Amino acid sequence: MAARKRTPPLVEMTVNGEAVTVDRAPMVRLLDVLREDLHLTGTKEGCGEGECGACTVLLDGEPVCSCLVPLAQARGREVVTIEGVPADHPLKRAFVEEGGAQCGMCTPGMIMAALSLPARPSLDAVRAGLAGNLCRCTGYEAIYRAVQKAASERIGGAE
Amino acid sequence: MGVVGLSVPRVDGPAKVGGMACYVDDLVFPGMLHARTVRTSVPRGRLSGIRLDFDPAGFTVVDWRDIPGRNCTLHLTDDQPCLVQEDIRHVAEPVLLLAHEDRDTLWSACVQLMEERGEPVLDPAAASHDHAHVLISDGDVERGLRASDLVVEGEYRTGAQEHVYIEPNGIVAVPEANGGVTIHGSLQCPYYVHHALVNLLGLPGELVRVVPSENGGGFGGKEDYPSVIAGHAALLALKAKRPVKLVYDRAEDMLATTKRHPSVVRHRTGVMKDGRLVAMVIDVVLDGGAYVTLSPVVLSRACLHAQGAYRCPNVRINGRAAMTNTPPNGAFRGFGAPQTQFAMEVHMDRIAEALAMDPAKLRLRNVLRAGDRTATGQVLSDSTAEIVLREAMKRSGWRRKRVAWKGTNRGIGLALFRHGAGFTGSGEVRLASRCTLTTTERGVRIRVANTEIGQGTCTALSQIVADALDVPMDEVTFSVPDTADVPNSGPTVASRTVMVVGGILERAATAMREQLGTLSPAEHFARHGETNVTREHEPPPGLHWDDQTYRGDAYGTYGWGCDVAEVEYDPVTYAARAVKLTAVQEFGRPVNPVLARGQIEGGSAQGVGWALIEEVVMKDGAMTNAQLTNYAIPTTLDMPRVETVMVENPYPHGPFGAKGLGELPMNGPGPAIVNALRHVGLDLRQLPATPERVMEAARGRA
Ligand code: FES
Ligand code: FES
Repeated sequence: MAARKRTPPLVEMTVNGEAVTVDRAPMVRLLDVLREDLHLTGTKEGCGEGECGACTVLLDGEPVCSCLVPLAQARGREVVTIEGVPADHPLKRAFVEEGGAQCGMCTPGMIMAALSLPARPSLDAVRAGLAGNLCRCTGYEAIYRAVQKAASERIGGAE
Repeated sequence: MGVVGLSVPRVDGPAKVGGMACYVDDLVFPGMLHARTVRTSVPRGRLSGIRLDFDPAGFTVVDWRDIPGRNCTLHLTDDQPCLVQEDIRHVAEPVLLLAHEDRDTLWSACVQLMEERGEPVLDPAAASHDHAHVLISDGDVERGLRASDLVVEGEYRTGAQEHVYIEPNGIVAVPEANGGVTIHGSLQCPYYVHHALVNLLGLPGELVRVVPSENGGGFGGKEDYPSVIAGHAALLALKAKRPVKLVYDRAEDMLATTKRHPSVVRHRTGVMKDGRLVAMVIDVVLDGGAYVTLSPVVLSRACLHAQGAYRCPNVRINGRAAMTNTPPNGAFRGFGAPQTQFAMEVHMDRIAEALAMDPAKLRLRNVLRAGDRTATGQVLSDSTAEIVLREAMKRSGWRRKRVAWKGTNRGIGLALFRHGAGFTGSGEVRLASRCTLTTTERGVRIRVANTEIGQGTCTALSQIVADALDVPMDEVTFSVPDTADVPNSGPTVASRTVMVVGGILERAATAMREQLGTLSPAEHFARHGETNVTREHEPPPGLHWDDQTYRGDAYGTYGWGCDVAEVEYDPVTYAARAVKLTAVQEFGRPVNPVLARGQIEGGSAQGVGWALIEEVVMKDGAMTNAQLTNYAIPTTLDMPRVETVMVENPYPHGPFGAKGLGELPMNGPGPAIVNALRHVGLDLRQLPATPERVMEAARGRA
């Protein structure tokens, strides 16, 4: 069958393990595609200028601000959002138990950024790794506790 | 059994960490339009015309003539128009509203405002009109000053502060078949919005319904402003007969919505050689901005905390909130008290310097103790000021570091403070808050108008009800504070939710337990159907307050805190960095220690930002750095480590001994950090202590 002629071209990518095809302009923000086309509203917008990290997702395993990524850049790549992280993931549990989420607006982005930290991160590594994610509620201390608790659980579980 | 006092995981936690919590921008309704606000660009003047330079097909356009009721956003008073008719009083004042199905088309529409520029008032000191005045007078200050060994004077300034809740403001308005409107949105006080909309839309109360969505941070910034946005969205929705979403982007939120009031506070203090305070004369000026909004109550709280945590027989506090041509300043965690206690605490260190006395010793000499009187004549039934001060000194190694670091680029400073919990004076009596408990198939549900804005309302209130009703926590649910379902239990402000609303709920639950006998709520429901118990606020016995004279019990009780800040100063870059904060706070008894600690750590972080990096730069009445790129809040790398100590002192009139907490931690970091810089030899009297100001101070470094 002859391909239908269309502008813009469809964009194919993998989101949370599933192949998706998106019919949006190539310069549309990945953030909007996730939230509006794919209804994955767990990814949040706090500033739209790459400053707050609320929109953090993993692109081929690397944390990125999805408000700065044009759709075209995600073509053929793998995107993971907060919805793609299992509900019983140690990070999610630890954030609840330690008070790492208050209003929750920074939380999905914070967890996505925390996923890319080393396995047993020092406090300095946690601070450096989360420096691009703003939280206005917690003062970060509870987030450090959550990340370190989850890390010790994950390691403990693997042993 | 019993869950009060335990760190029960927050009930809204799983939805938040899972990305399932539904915030206003996540809401979608069939046929929904996107909306936009067209705003003024001059700080003062006259609007002489509006030109629409776009094809109006598919657009809904609203101006002041479309307002069915009164053109004002009603709050304490009615001076603020919902949409500019002619008179322009500040930059970013809303004039015209547009809605369209397609966001790109909406934002490409070009509108020309014809604005005739007038002469703005931008300096509060030069303002000819005030929104409010306060005078508190006790004893004879002139005599006190004459009798003292030494008089120390000083002027202290604090800047505006932006809330930077990570979720910007937003509302969705949905028109209803009955001619009414339902408001969904990010807001703290559903009944405030309801009150404003009934007035604006000229609708009977039952036709206006306000349903808060998940709230991505408030801190006071969503106390009164949501009434403005809700009014705009409702006008568009009623005209378009379609749902309308009006969500601000970060820049618009920073430019147009409220900030912490900038302040100038002057002190003249008479003191004896042994450190005893004899007389205090305090002048407080707050920059209120263009409309009254909440300025009178912010000023009131500012003045009532201006004497800080100290006893003094002769006090005069004179406050005014000046009208200037900037967007109105409003509620921000602490509500005036951080500004005046910054001044008091920095002034105390200057007095200590003048007397060559240790600042902690000066404070111990004057600290308010149980049985002492404040300037309004309130006799304190309890005070932990001395306890938190001594604990903070001990925990931080105050004495040792104070001596060891002298003459180095490291400094240690402290601040002692208090915060009145709940509404000021007769405020709670006037509010007459009501709370309801209702039995259900599975247990009991809490019906209150208070919102979960991250602080833990739904968890803490559920813990209180569970224990007072003697049921497991999982039988208690917290209802959405939908005005069609919940009674008016007052706004979610002023550190009042746990103490005041929790107190009413505790009484309602106790009464319900009596009614249920030995049955569980679910068993009772199965046999007798739904049962409701409603209780109203009852003030603690013996409280008196006179609004006219400013005499009496300003607050039912106070939380007390002492922060010790440790800083490092870099003489090359002039950067001051906070490396450690010891926060010792007493707020009765924590209902949930993890949540309480979160309030202390989070409030302290906002205090650190206000102290060091957060600077609203105003030019010609407008914020010029209205972006997160150039208005910075603390990141993980800017924050000092915070050590939290909670001192318990159960309050007999709070639920399970709890007092209010939310705002208390905001009071300490600013003065503690500036006092630590004083220890380094830097004479700073203004926040934020940016490198520019530190450089200035370094010129005179001892
Ligand atoms: S929304 Fe992407 S960084 Fe703030
Ligand atoms: S929890 Fe509110 S911004 Fe982080």
